Amino acid sequence: MTTTDSSTTPRAPKGKRRIGDVVFGNTARGSGILILAILAGVAAFLIIQSFDALSANTANFLTTTEWDANTDADEEPAFGVAALAFGTVLAAALALVIATPIAVGIALFIAYYAPRRLASLLGYIVDLLAAIPSVVYGLWGIGYLVQELTPFYQWLSDYLGWIPLFAGPISTTGRTMMSAGIVLAVMILPIITAISRDVFLQVPRGHREAALALGATRWEMIRMAVLPFGRPGVIGGAMLGLGRALGETMAVAMILSPALIISPHLLQSGNQTIAAHIALQYPEATGHGVSALIAAGLVLFAITLVVNMAARYVVARRKEFSE
Amino acid sequence: MAKRIDVSGLNVYYGDFLAVEDVSMTIEPRAVTAFIGSSGCGKSTFLRTLNRMHEVAPNARVDGKVMLDDLDIYAPEVDPVAVRREIGMVFQQPNPFPTMSIYDNVIAGSKLNNQRMSKSNADDIVERALRDANLWDEVKDRLAKPGSGLSGGQQQRLCIARAVAVQPEVLLMDEPCSALDPISTLAIEDLIASLKENYTICIVTHNMQQAARVSDQTAFFNLAGTGQPGRLIEMGETNKIFTKPDKKETENYITGRFG
Ligand SMILES: Nc1ncnc2c1ncn2[C@@H]1O[C@H](COP(=O)(O)OP(=O)(O)O)[C@@H](O)[C@H]1O
Ligand SMILES: [Mg+2]
Repeated sequence: MTTTDSSTTPRAPKGKRRIGDVVFGNTARGSGILILAILAGVAAFLIIQSFDALSANTANFLTTTEWDANTDADEEPAFGVAALAFGTVLAAALALVIATPIAVGIALFIAYYAPRRLASLLGYIVDLLAAIPSVVYGLWGIGYLVQELTPFYQWLSDYLGWIPLFAGPISTTGRTMMSAGIVLAVMILPIITAISRDVFLQVPRGHREAALALGATRWEMIRMAVLPFGRPGVIGGAMLGLGRALGETMAVAMILSPALIISPHLLQSGNQTIAAHIALQYPEATGHGVSALIAAGLVLFAITLVVNMAARYVVARRKEFSE
Repeated sequence: MAKRIDVSGLNVYYGDFLAVEDVSMTIEPRAVTAFIGSSGCGKSTFLRTLNRMHEVAPNARVDGKVMLDDLDIYAPEVDPVAVRREIGMVFQQPNPFPTMSIYDNVIAGSKLNNQRMSKSNADDIVERALRDANLWDEVKDRLAKPGSGLSGGQQQRLCIARAVAVQPEVLLMDEPCSALDPISTLAIEDLIASLKENYTICIVTHNMQQAARVSDQTAFFNLAGTGQPGRLIEMGETNKIFTKPDKKETENYITGRFG
């Protein structure tokens, strides 16, 4: 169409560029460029600022677990991000595993089971959860939740202790990866629930009726029509939640009793996340310390980027079947 | 297969609004019954009460009686899910499940009843249903492809295949051709003519030529005025309704559209 003779096809008159279009177009373009520039700027900052410590580092940054970076000028720093990256991914994955099924359940209940009044009340409450500051979640976690959960942890390790994840002896303080994961799960629950509920409500009526007309019960209708349609949305919501969990600092810093080890034992103390480590170490960082922490930040940035790209890939892969 | 439907004194309400008033009719097995009438007179509403699909609307309710042979489908102990397994439905917009392959679309209903069907059994059901829907030759080489990749007419025949795969007694169709082009429409009409050997078929249509072509019986619905409930004005042999109807109202409608 665009190649046909411009004198015969109706198109926007050339000379008259409407001022509103121009302003809006440039604003949109400018915002897009600005976002890219900010992203590139952050990446450049991280790379440049971490260079100093990385080049002085005597240990392998990616495989070392110790963090010995606060050295004087004449000493050699030796630090690595392995334990921190492991802890970061573990905490976020744990949060996701706990939160996603619950969020999908709540979203389905709100969208298809609850009476209308209750549904909007529940939706409102879930949105409120998202408004609670993370330091409050941290206080709640350390001041209340860990004590309440200790008997449950004991039970887990008594009966499922043969699985390394739940192996004892459990931490008496409860300041463990499991507690951090649970608090993170509560924090990411609202975003996953809200997005899942929205996509579940968007399932075309035709698909739902097609299932019901085949003699599906409500649950069968949900399995046939709602969940497959909502899947990319649920994944998208989960990835947003995962992004938040990966970067969450305050609640984790307050709950975990840190140790720079790679341990799969969720009920024992130990492990640390990148974000919490940066927050706790930054005030005392000397020598190469700050630069080393920025290098850790670079790794967190990279992990988040990879997670997001993976999510996009998963969502796009099913496209042929989802339109 | 194929059962008779007997409706008596059926009223349908949406909340306080009486949408369809006092319909009584008998729908014969192994025949096609067409519902015609101006838009908004309650044809879809009435059709959906025949397999309790109207219950999807939260405020819809009926009083009156609908018998499927000896079964009162509104008896308190009857599960609407069971009713819909006996009385299938095809909608105006083709609505194959977009995330499922052609094969999975066809087998979806059978899987509800029987999770552990053998592969060869499932293959048989799929092939038979697709053959019944005159679609087998067009899709047999791409059963694993998504149903949404088919043309509109093929999608609608896929939906018919999906509905007949569970071997219902009755097939309800709500304007199944109104989203389709004329060639696909003819294909569906041929299909309806062959399906009536085994099923009781009800079809709502806006197109009176279509009603005349495919149906054995025709029921004419009309509204007394806006805000008034829809009523069944007249029902009879399609030939008779289109040539010498008993009611003046029917004649006006038919001649107004036909002449
Ligand atoms: N879900 C619903 N809620 C309330 N009113 C409805 C609903 N569906 C249909 N109606 C009303 O019922 C009447 C009959 O509609 P419908 O059965 O769709 O007519 P037709 O199929 O003959 O065009 C119309 O007045 C319509 O507005
Ligand atoms: Mg209608």
